[in-house]
Amino acid sequence: MRRLLVGYFGEERQVLAATRAVREAGLEVHDVYTPYAVHGMEEALGLRPTRLTWVCFGAGLFGLLFALFLQHYASAVSWPINVGGKPFHSLPAFIPVAFELTVLCAGLFTVAALFLRVRLFPTTGGTALPGVTDDRFALALIPEGPRFDEVEATSLLCRHGALETRLEEVAR
Amino acid sequence: MSESTHLSSLREPLVAEQRSLHQLTEEICAPMERRPGGLWWAAFLLAFAALAMGVGMVAYQIKTGIGVWGLNKTVGWAFDITNFVFWVGIGHAGTLISAILFLFRQKWRTSINRAAEAMTLFAVTCAAIFPVIHMGRPWLAFWMLPYPNSRGSLWVNFRSPLLWDVFAISTYFTISAVFWYVGLVPDLATVRDRAKSKLRRLVFSVLSLGWNGSSRTWSRYETVYLLLAGLATPLVVSVHTIVSMDFATSVIPGWHATLFPPYFVAGAIFSGFAMVLTLMVITRKVFRLEHLITRRHLENMCKVIIVTGGIVGLAYGTEFFTAWYSGNLYERFAFANRAFGPYGWAYWVMVSCNVVAPQLFWFKRVRTTPAVIFLLSLAINVGMWFERFVIIVTSLHRDFLPSSWAMYTPTVIEVGTLIGTFGLFFTCFLLFARLLPALSIGEVKAVAAYAQSPVAQLAAASSGEKKPKSGRAAA
Repeated sequence: MRRLLVGYFGEERQVLAATRAVREAGLEVHDVYTPYAVHGMEEALGLRPTRLTWVCFGAGLFGLLFALFLQHYASAVSWPINVGGKPFHSLPAFIPVAFELTVLCAGLFTVAALFLRVRLFPTTGGTALPGVTDDRFALALIPEGPRFDEVEATSLLCRHGALETRLEEVAR
Repeated sequence: MSESTHLSSLREPLVAEQRSLHQLTEEICAPMERRPGGLWWAAFLLAFAALAMGVGMVAYQIKTGIGVWGLNKTVGWAFDITNFVFWVGIGHAGTLISAILFLFRQKWRTSINRAAEAMTLFAVTCAAIFPVIHMGRPWLAFWMLPYPNSRGSLWVNFRSPLLWDVFAISTYFTISAVFWYVGLVPDLATVRDRAKSKLRRLVFSVLSLGWNGSSRTWSRYETVYLLLAGLATPLVVSVHTIVSMDFATSVIPGWHATLFPPYFVAGAIFSGFAMVLTLMVITRKVFRLEHLITRRHLENMCKVIIVTGGIVGLAYGTEFFTAWYSGNLYERFAFANRAFGPYGWAYWVMVSCNVVAPQLFWFKRVRTTPAVIFLLSLAINVGMWFERFVIIVTSLHRDFLPSSWAMYTPTVIEVGTLIGTFGLFFTCFLLFARLLPALSIGEVKAVAAYAQSPVAQLAAASSGEKKPKSGRAAA
C-alpha cells in the first residue's frame, strides 16, 4: 500500500493533458489507471518500450531449435525407421512441426513473462480504484519530492478537469 | 488526444449511437447480469439435448468399435473426416478476426472479436473429437505425442501430415485460448468491480488476476497482444494448410493437387465468417446490441465472404481445368465423376451454396438486411459441409479398380455424432454468452468516439455527471 494523491477524470484527453502537465511541473507520477488502453499514454508518462519483445524472440528461437532437434533425434538417431524410402533426416518434412512449436513456445512464454512482469496472478483480493474499470481515468501522483505541494498539485489536476481529487492508499 | 482526427464524411461510426463509457459497460454486462429468458432456456435445452445424444452416440461407437459407421474397404474416410475438416474450417474466422484484422488496424473487429474467438475454441473442440474417435482406440490418443516411452522409445512419424495435424490443431487451440483469455482479463476486472454477490466477486477476482487498469500494465499488455496477433496470423494460415496436406500429399486423383493449401484456407475463412454471421445476427438481436454490432459490421463480413467465396469458386474451376489439362485419365475421370457421377447432387448443392449464393452479397440491400444475411450464411454453412463431403467421398468411392467401386451412406450413429457436435458447439456458445462479456468492453470503449461528431461526444460524456471544467490551456 502506498499513500498517493489521486485525481479522477472523466475523459481520455483530459487525463492525457494532465499527465503531461504534472510531469512538466516536475512531479512524479506513480501510475495512471484507465478503463482501456489510452493511446499516447506511454509517451505522456515517458515509458520506455517494453523488452517483452525479446522474450518472444528468444522463446520462438528456442521452440524452433527444440523442434528441429527433437525431430532429428527421434527420426534419425534414436530409432531410424524406413518409411517409404524417405531420408531419415527429412528436413523439409520437419518444417511444419518446427513452425508450430516456434509459435507455441513464443506465445506461451511471452504471456507468462507478461504476467510475471506486471505481477498478474490469480488472487482473491484484486481490486482497482473506484470506477477505473468502468468510466473513470485516475492519475496517481507520489506526494513527495522537492517540487510537490499538495494545494498546487490539486489545483493543477482540477485545472485539467479532474472531477475529484483525494489522498488515498493505493495497492501497488 | 481527441478522436476528431477521424472525423470525415467517408467514415462511419463504429458505435452507431452516442454512448457514454458507463453506458457501454452497462449494456455489454447486462446479458450476464440478468436472468436468462425463455428463449435462451429453449435454445439451451435443445442444444443440450443434442449434446447428450451425441455423448451417447460416441460412447456407443467407442464401446462397439467404428464398424458401426458406413465405411467400407473403398471409402475409408467419409463422414468423420468431413466433420473434422468442417469444424476446423469454422474455427478459422475467430483468430482471423482477432489477429489478422488487428494487424491490419481494422477497428470494426472490436465488437465481434470476443464472440468469434470463443466460437473458434468451441469449433476446434468439436473438430478434435473426430480424429480421436477415428483412432478406434481413443484411450491411446496420447501415443500421438513424441515422448520417451517403454516401447523401445518408438517415436511418431514426423514425416506424416497426419502428425503435423496433431501439432497444428493443438497449437492452434492453445494459442487461440491464450489469446482469448489475455483479451478477456481487463473485462473480467470490469465484471469483478461491478459484482454484487460475494461468490461472483470471488470468481471474477481470481479470473481477472488482480488487474487494476495501470497504464504501465496496459502498455506491456498492448505489446504482448500485438505479438500474439503477429504469431497467430501465420498460425491461422498454417492450420488449414496442414489439414489440406492430409489430402494433397496422397496420390488419390482429386486430392493430389498443389492448389489445396490456398483453396482450403480460403474455404475455411469463408465458412468461418458464415458461422460468425449466423451467430452474430442472432446475438445482436437477442441482446439488443444492434448499435454495437452494426449493419456495417455485418456488411464488412459479407464483403469478406464475397472475396473468399470468389477464391473458392475459382478453385473449383481451376481443379476442373487442371484435371482436363493434365491429360491424366484418372484425374479426368475423378472430376467428371464428381460433377456427374452418383454423388453429383452433392456437388451441385455445394456449387449453388458456395459459388452462386454469395453472389447475392454484391447487392447492398442484401448485405445490410440481417434476415437475408442469416439465411445466406446458413446456406454457406451447408455448402461448405458438402464441399468437404464431396472432396473426400467422391474421390474415394470409385478408385483405380472398377471392381472395388462402392457407395457410401452414413449410418444413424454418424449423423447423430454430427448433430451431437452441433449440440456441444451451441451449448458452449450459449453458456459463454451468459457467463462472460460477449463483446470486448475495453476495446469497444476505445473506439466509441470513432467518427462521432465532437459536439455529440461531449454531450454523451457529460450526461449524468457534472460537466468537467476544460483545462486545455495549461497543457
